Amino acid sequence: MTAGEVMDAKETPREMGERKRRMRGRNRALLAVLLALVALFYAITIVRIGGG
Amino acid sequence: MSELPSTTLTPYAGAAVSDYLQILKPRVMSLVVFTGFVGLAVAPGHLHPVLAAVAVLCIAVGAGAAGAINMWYDRDIDRVMRRTATRPLPAGRMMPGEALGFGVVLAVGAVAVMGLAVNWVAAQLLALTIAFYVFVYTMWLKRRTPQNIVIGGAAGALPPLIGWAAVTGDVGWGAVALFAIIFFWTPPHFWALSLYRADEYADAGIPMLPVVAGARETKRQMLLYTLMLWPATLMPWLLGFAGPLYGAGAGALSLLFTLSAVRVWRDDSAGASERSARQMFAFSLLYLFLIFAMLLADHFGGGRL
Repeated sequence: MTAGEVMDAKETPREMGERKRRMRGRNRALLAVLLALVALFYAITIVRIGGG
Repeated sequence: MSELPSTTLTPYAGAAVSDYLQILKPRVMSLVVFTGFVGLAVAPGHLHPVLAAVAVLCIAVGAGAAGAINMWYDRDIDRVMRRTATRPLPAGRMMPGEALGFGVVLAVGAVAVMGLAVNWVAAQLLALTIAFYVFVYTMWLKRRTPQNIVIGGAAGALPPLIGWAAVTGDVGWGAVALFAIIFFWTPPHFWALSLYRADEYADAGIPMLPVVAGARETKRQMLLYTLMLWPATLMPWLLGFAGPLYGAGAGALSLLFTLSAVRVWRDDSAGASERSARQMFAFSLLYLFLIFAMLLADHFGGGRL
């Protein structure tokens, strides 16, 4: 079974719910990572400008 | 992309966040982070706390990236071994390309941030560590030679050097001592594990020493490596960057580690041999943690310990 065949397989409502739940989890994790990166680069910049 | 297990008959729901975290090998990462932090803490000089935290974060992410790429490459043999069959790739919860892409992005990001925020010597050492683990250990040695974890162990021994270089911008003798401790600790640590997992390694076609040379030879070499650990663990005291109490503690711990190797060597019956190997594996983790914790305590105690 290829990934494409798996993707194309018919979803039951339960499977669709599971897929959406995982996608929501990934999206939230990505948001958290991006916000953390913003904070990280801000902190690095402040320290480097200050000669740290 | 035709690598999902044929038992996966449901539509692919995508990997969960926990799967992404699992392929970073968090348990391995924790030891890498700790030894990297100790290298950073005991190095002579000063690094701003924010940059020190960034350096430790980069070491952690770099180690996780190497773990993810390792899981991508080893997904075929991970499927065979009971210990690794439930990992996201062999279990079909994650596509191989996702793991590879995730690992490569994290590796490049960790090295770039280390270089830009801390210094490029530490960044180069981090890149070397990841490359060594992926190309030399995972792709070249692991499936070809029983010396896989001896030479490949250098990758696991490099994090304290990265931490040290983050502070000093170079690699001193103290850093070499920290490297030597982990380098000589790695073979008895992994061979203890492979003694009671020999069947699984044989099924997966990995030429670990017990599979190729037998338990007796493995036990002999484990004992030899615990003896070679003595000068390595005492080197920080002999070089003068750790106090006599560290020297005494390191000597006592090394004696216990050697005695556990002697017990493994003497236990010949299958049951006793497995039990003593399991105990030695567990003690090896405690041993490394305590050695580095003592170095840290000695440093913050001003070398009076």
